[in-house]
Amino acid sequence: MSPDLLKLIFGRLGFESLPLHEPIVVGTFVVVALGGAALLGGLTYFRLWGYLWREWFTTVDHKRIGIMYMILGIVMLLRGFADALMMRGQQMLAFGGSEGYLNAHHYDQVFTAHGVIMIFFVAMPLVTGLMNYVVPLQIGARDVSFPFLNNFSFWMTVGGAVLVMASLFIGEFARTGWLAYPPLSNIGYSPDVGVDYYIWALQVAGVGTTLSGINLICTIVKLRCPGMTMMKMPVFTWTSLCTNVLIVASFPVLTVVLALLSLDRYVGTNFFTNDFGGSPMMYVNLIWIWGHPEVYILVLPAFGIFSEVTSTFSGKRLFGYTSMVYATVVITILSYLVWLHHFFTMGSGASVNSFFGITTMIISIPTGAKMFNWLFTMYRGRIRYELPMMWTIAFMLTFVIGGMTGVLLAVPPADFVLHNSLFLIAHFHNVIIGGVVFGAFAGISYWFPKAFGFKLDPFWGKLSFWFWVTGFYLAFMPLYVLGLMGVTRRLRVFDDPSLQIWFVIAAIGAGLVLLGIMCMLVQFAVSFLRREQLKDVTGDPWDARTLEWATSSPPPDYNFAFTPVVHDNDAWWDMKRRGYQRPLTGFRPIHMPSSTGTGIILAGLATAMGFGLIWYIWWLAAVSFIAMLAVGIGHTFNYHRDFDIPADDVIRTEDARTKLLAGAK
Amino acid sequence: MSRLKILALLPLAAALSGCDYVVLAPAGDIAAQQRDLVIISTVLMLLIVVPVMALTVLFAWRYRQSNTEARYEPEWDHSTALELVIWSAPLLIIVCLGALTWMGTHLLDPYRTLGRIHADRAVDQSKAPLEVDVVALDWKWLFIYPDYGIATVNELAAPVDRPINFRITASSVMNSFYIPALAGQIYAMPGMETKLHAVVNHAGTYKGFSANYSGAGFSGMHFNFQGLDDKGFDAWVAQAKSAGGSLGRAEYLQLEKPSQNEPVRRWGTVDADLYRLILNMCVETGKMCQSEMMAIDAKGGAGHQALNNTLPLAYDKYARRGTALGPEPSFVAGTCTPDAPQGRTTASITAPVDTAPLTGAGLKRPSFTPLKSSSFFLGQRPKSDS
Repeated sequence: MSPDLLKLIFGRLGFESLPLHEPIVVGTFVVVALGGAALLGGLTYFRLWGYLWREWFTTVDHKRIGIMYMILGIVMLLRGFADALMMRGQQMLAFGGSEGYLNAHHYDQVFTAHGVIMIFFVAMPLVTGLMNYVVPLQIGARDVSFPFLNNFSFWMTVGGAVLVMASLFIGEFARTGWLAYPPLSNIGYSPDVGVDYYIWALQVAGVGTTLSGINLICTIVKLRCPGMTMMKMPVFTWTSLCTNVLIVASFPVLTVVLALLSLDRYVGTNFFTNDFGGSPMMYVNLIWIWGHPEVYILVLPAFGIFSEVTSTFSGKRLFGYTSMVYATVVITILSYLVWLHHFFTMGSGASVNSFFGITTMIISIPTGAKMFNWLFTMYRGRIRYELPMMWTIAFMLTFVIGGMTGVLLAVPPADFVLHNSLFLIAHFHNVIIGGVVFGAFAGISYWFPKAFGFKLDPFWGKLSFWFWVTGFYLAFMPLYVLGLMGVTRRLRVFDDPSLQIWFVIAAIGAGLVLLGIMCMLVQFAVSFLRREQLKDVTGDPWDARTLEWATSSPPPDYNFAFTPVVHDNDAWWDMKRRGYQRPLTGFRPIHMPSSTGTGIILAGLATAMGFGLIWYIWWLAAVSFIAMLAVGIGHTFNYHRDFDIPADDVIRTEDARTKLLAGAK
Repeated sequence: MSRLKILALLPLAAALSGCDYVVLAPAGDIAAQQRDLVIISTVLMLLIVVPVMALTVLFAWRYRQSNTEARYEPEWDHSTALELVIWSAPLLIIVCLGALTWMGTHLLDPYRTLGRIHADRAVDQSKAPLEVDVVALDWKWLFIYPDYGIATVNELAAPVDRPINFRITASSVMNSFYIPALAGQIYAMPGMETKLHAVVNHAGTYKGFSANYSGAGFSGMHFNFQGLDDKGFDAWVAQAKSAGGSLGRAEYLQLEKPSQNEPVRRWGTVDADLYRLILNMCVETGKMCQSEMMAIDAKGGAGHQALNNTLPLAYDKYARRGTALGPEPSFVAGTCTPDAPQGRTTASITAPVDTAPLTGAGLKRPSFTPLKSSSFFLGQRPKSDS
């Protein structure tokens, strides 16, 4: 075939795009391919495809979508953490003239992929998954406002993750750092597909995130059950509301800035080029105008989880509910006024730098107030040390350290000596692991019995907890030390041998975290095997306080047979205290949304379009785009959007629960 | 003030423990003041962090479920007095820290000329500060000493106690110029200039490097910074002088091509205009300097005709590369000079001139003959001839 024809069909894609010269990648590919083949074979052998398609892939049930988000987050955690281990290994070895085992081409992709995956495809899915699962239950709703949109959002996030994973085996990922600053990310300096993978993975996933944000805002604003005024909402719902406001207000900025970068790369505009009046500084500003709120998008829901957990396991009302809510709102607003603290060193004037430094410090006031609120919730409580509470205590002790180093970095002259150093790396892992990851784990162990009807095995959970916590400290405290020695980030080789010991300690810490992750996976397996012993028949295994615990575990498709009526901000606690009697008769048909495959099809097409654009396969991009429009328009003619669960089915489900509850007594 | 000095001793203790905590024990006055701010801020925050951590542990222990002695008040969820304390205590700390930040940021602004060279010594006004022009290249550092007419790669030296004025730029991508022992870092960006004022107080050899990832050769992008006494510095300058060689525009274009782990290099003479040309991205002859472009723009611009005042770019740092769908890379051609009448010295145009008219609402047919690269605006792409 002529080269022109090949180019028309395959764009830039050719055999040389496959990383056959990278033994590590080839090895990974073999393992992934064998694992994938086994999984696909297993699914086919046990004839699970139909079940998966009907019950999971096409579902619009917020609970199942929430669980799928969590699975996505945990799977991607394994990939992102593998990158972390490779970095720790490289930095531990590359001393005294050794080049380590990763060349620059590979190492630079590894640290970029690590950041992108951990933020966009681990932290975001975990947080979104928990919000998706819990928020409608907490507000006494039957689903989110736009159930189809919810399914579509999830699959778009998966589409982004698929593109990132594809970059491992087809072509390469960006070698620019996780925020892809131009000019380095511009076509002149990154002419390969890496940055295009980055752009389209984030654009595809970004659509999902934005739509999911809109969906959850509508849900929280419009679907609260009678009596639940704004100031009676559970704190987790409040933090979710603020997070989704942040998502809706900040993700469009990311979309636009990446679109401008794409224009620079694809059609030769000059928004962020060195020449022709372009300004890379504009990119740095814009990406952090999204990037800083993103930090709070991740951590606010975690704050919500800790609030729920602290009050449940202290057996006590949350201290200072009102100030907690106001603190959340203040953080939401202030998070838009601090973005410049990510680049004090760019040479803004002293007044600009001081302004952004001081606004950053001001955020620590509401955050500190929250910390005190959790503290005084524990005060005069009866604290049960179940796993979620252990994660919470670990969070409180860890997060204040991260917060302190964060405020330190907000002092511009201090930032001049610590910026981009390993101190900075230690700081943000300190708050993201100590805050978001611990929060997600607290949330998983707290709500797992609600989602699956049995508790997680405490032994393996505690093992995982201790490995994670000690691993975290061992991995990141040395980085604080190295930062004070002036060691900067993203270095591949070192010449000062006295630094090596610290990297060895950090690598040992990463090894412990690996054990923590493995124990967590074992915990899931063991809990599944022991599900009869760990069973929760009451629907309220923790003697908890909010509405999600009023229904069965797992909740029926319709969540609540009758919409609850709320009189207090600890609604379920209030109902229990006042001798709530579960209604046993009078059930009526329940109106529910129908499943649809449109979401996964649209997201699949969007991913194909992204792939086409990445590799300059223009026909594929055009065809997928037109197909997306066709499917989208076609879906408007789908009139089978809802159905009624017959009253008989409701009666059967509720009677079964009545029996279970009677058996439990 | 004496208390601050005791605080300043803390890092010294750390430094004595064997490792080189250069951020906590620097050799320059600016870095030392920045270190002081790091420590004072940390101590201020510890005032609240330590009690919080202690209370967390205390409450977690005291109110454990098995301790039935402890009071249990499940309905207690509000206390105005406590609320006042938990909002005002952090607020007070932040007020102090904010004041400190405002002052510190202004005093230690890297653009501010030095007022002192040490805590107890003012600047000696009789000595002119040392001027150094810094250029971050892929992946090495170029230092030009305009007062001495010398240039070096990957080696920087300065006399002790003499203020140094750095002017910093980059050739291709963003870097960060950082010598931890001397002063905090500042970004080096192409087409832009940042400044740094600093002074080194103790003789010695210190590490300098790029603190912002800039591509494949980033790890090797470091240099030694030597603090020398006056005599040593003169000897160092003489050594560079005697190295001979001359760094002009052509040599610079060779030098800026990407290379890794560069050894130290020295030039005895350097084109006096080179730094200005690098900063304005017009080292290639024939390219219009940014400053010229901005001067034209400040006078209202050159109109639609200026759109076509570009030439195809023959050399684009790495290689000549275009975008997927857009035009070939090009640059704004320089205004004519006697030795380069059309500003075409580097990019010779051999392709037939495209004379297709500009079409579109409100656009006049240009009087200037469009060059090849302008065909993007004309909606046609002639075949590349390069």
